[in-house]
Amino acid sequence: MDRLAFLLATGLARGLVIALFALSLVIIWRAARIVNFAQAAMAIVAVYVAFAVTQATGSFWLGLAAALVTGAAVGAAVERWLIRLVPSTTPLPGMIVAIGLVMVLQSAISIAFGPKHRPMAAPFSEQPFSVGGVAVLSPYDLFILLVALGVVAVLAVLFNGTTLGLQMRASAMAPEVSRLLGVRVPRMITLGWMLSSAVAALAVLLLVPTELGLNAHSADILFVHAFTVAVLGGLDSPSGALVGGVVVGILISLVTGFLGAGLAPIAVLVLLTVVLLVRPGGIFAAKEARTA
Amino acid sequence: MTTPTETPATTTTRTMLAIEGLTVGYAGAPVIDGMRLDVPHGAVVALLGANGAGKTTLLRTVSGLVRPRSGRISLDGQDLSGLSVEDRVRRGLAQVPEGRSVVSELTVEENLHLGALWKIPGRSARRAAVAEVYEAFEPLARRRRSMGHQLSGGERQMLALARALVARPRVLLLDEPSLGLAPRVVAQLFAILRDTAERTGLTVLLAEQNVTSALSIADRGVVLGLGEIVADAPAAEIAADPALRHAYLGF
Repeated sequence: MDRLAFLLATGLARGLVIALFALSLVIIWRAARIVNFAQAAMAIVAVYVAFAVTQATGSFWLGLAAALVTGAAVGAAVERWLIRLVPSTTPLPGMIVAIGLVMVLQSAISIAFGPKHRPMAAPFSEQPFSVGGVAVLSPYDLFILLVALGVVAVLAVLFNGTTLGLQMRASAMAPEVSRLLGVRVPRMITLGWMLSSAVAALAVLLLVPTELGLNAHSADILFVHAFTVAVLGGLDSPSGALVGGVVVGILISLVTGFLGAGLAPIAVLVLLTVVLLVRPGGIFAAKEARTA
Repeated sequence: MTTPTETPATTTTRTMLAIEGLTVGYAGAPVIDGMRLDVPHGAVVALLGANGAGKTTLLRTVSGLVRPRSGRISLDGQDLSGLSVEDRVRRGLAQVPEGRSVVSELTVEENLHLGALWKIPGRSARRAAVAEVYEAFEPLARRRRSMGHQLSGGERQMLALARALVARPRVLLLDEPSLGLAPRVVAQLFAILRDTAERTGLTVLLAEQNVTSALSIADRGVVLGLGEIVADAPAAEIAADPALRHAYLGF
C-alpha cells in the first residue's frame, strides 16, 4: 500500500514533466502543423545555456529565465533560417531536416562538452514528505506540479482569451484565409515555434535534476514518452497532452516499481498500440466536423 | 478629386482598380494573357466566363496569392507589385475566396473579430464594428457562438461576406459566392452586396457562374474567354446579347 502511494505520487510528478514536453509538441503542431523531431535537441541547447548561467551566478531562477529566453531564441532561429527554407507542401521534408538537425546539435554538444553527465541541483529538496508514515511527493515534485499547471493556465489564456491567440489559431488552421484577412501568418508561425521551444526547454530543465545529469542525450527518452503522449491525447489537444502525460508517467512508475524497469518502455508501446487501434486520432481528438 | 464640384461617389470616373498588361501562368501557356481592365470607384463589375476562363486566377493575382509573370496592378493609383497579401489587405483590398472560406474551428464571433483585427485593434471599437455587422446580417447574430463547421452553406457564405466587410475595404473581390446556394439565399446575399456598394461606395469585382443573378446587381459585365477579355459592356447589354451568351456563357 505504501509502495503504491509512493509510486503513484512519483508517477504524477514524472508524468507532469512528460505532459509539459508533450504540450510543447501540441503547441508547435497547432501553430505550424509540424511534428518537430528536433524538439529535445533544441531544448538541450537551451538547458546548457541555463546550466552555464546557474553556474556563473549561483541562481537557479536566472538559469530558468535563461532557459526560457534561449529556448524561444533557438525556436525562432530554427524556424526562420531552416524550416522556412524547406518545402512545406508535404510534411516529410520538414521531418527529415528536423532529424538531421538533431544529429548536428547532439554531435556539436558532445564535441563541445564531452559525453559526461553534469549533475544539476534542484532548487528545492527532493526528499519526499511523509504523510502518516507513507512517503509521497517531495517539495521539488510540488514545484513541478505548480509550474506545469501554471504553464497550462497561461497558455489557455493566451490561446483562448487574446487576439494574438486568435490569430495564431487561425493561422494554423487556415493560413490562406488568414492572410486574406490581414493576419501576418509567417510571424504567427515563428511565434508558435518560440513558444513551443521555450516550453520544451522548461520541461527539460525540470527533468534534469531528477536524472543522472545534463548530457547531449538527456532528453531523448523524454521526447519518446512525450511523443507517445501527444499521439495518445491527439496532437491538437492540450488537455489530452496533460492527461496523457500523467497517465504515461504513472504507468511507467507502476510498471518499474512492480514489474521491473526493463518492462516500462514495452508497457508504453503497448498502451500506444492499443490506443491507435481503438482511436487512431487520439483519445481527445476533436469530433468530426459538419461537411455539408 | 480634380473636379471642383463634388460628384456622388457612384458616378465618379476615378479608377479604383487598374490592371495593365497582366500575364499570369502556372506552367506552360499563360492562363491570363496581357489583360487590361479598369474598374472605376464604386462600380460593381461582374466577371463572367466558363470554367478555366481565368476568373479565379485573376482574383488571386489581384489579392497577391498568385504572382504574375508580368504586368501591373494598382489600387487607387498605388502600385501593388511587391506587396504581400497581408499588406494589400491593409491598403483596402478584401477577397472572399471560392468555397467555404470560413475558419471552421472558430466561432462566428471569432471569425468576425479576426476580419476586423488589423483595422480596429481596440477591443471595444471592434465589438461595436462587429455589432454593426450583426445588424446587416441578422441570421449571423443568432449563431454568434456556433463554430464555423456547424453552419449551413448559406450561413457560411454570409459569414465570409460579413467578415470581409467588417474591416470596411475599398475593393471587394468575390469568387463565386453563389456556389451551391439556394436561389433565395443568393438573392439575399446579392441584395446585401448591392446595398453595401451603394451605401459605402465599395468597389466590387464579382466572379460568377450564375450569370443572371450577377448581371442583375452589376453595373458592368466583363466576359473572359481563355484568359482574355472578349466582352466588356454595361450589364444590361450583356444580358440582352444572345450571341455572346451562347458563345461564352453557355446558355
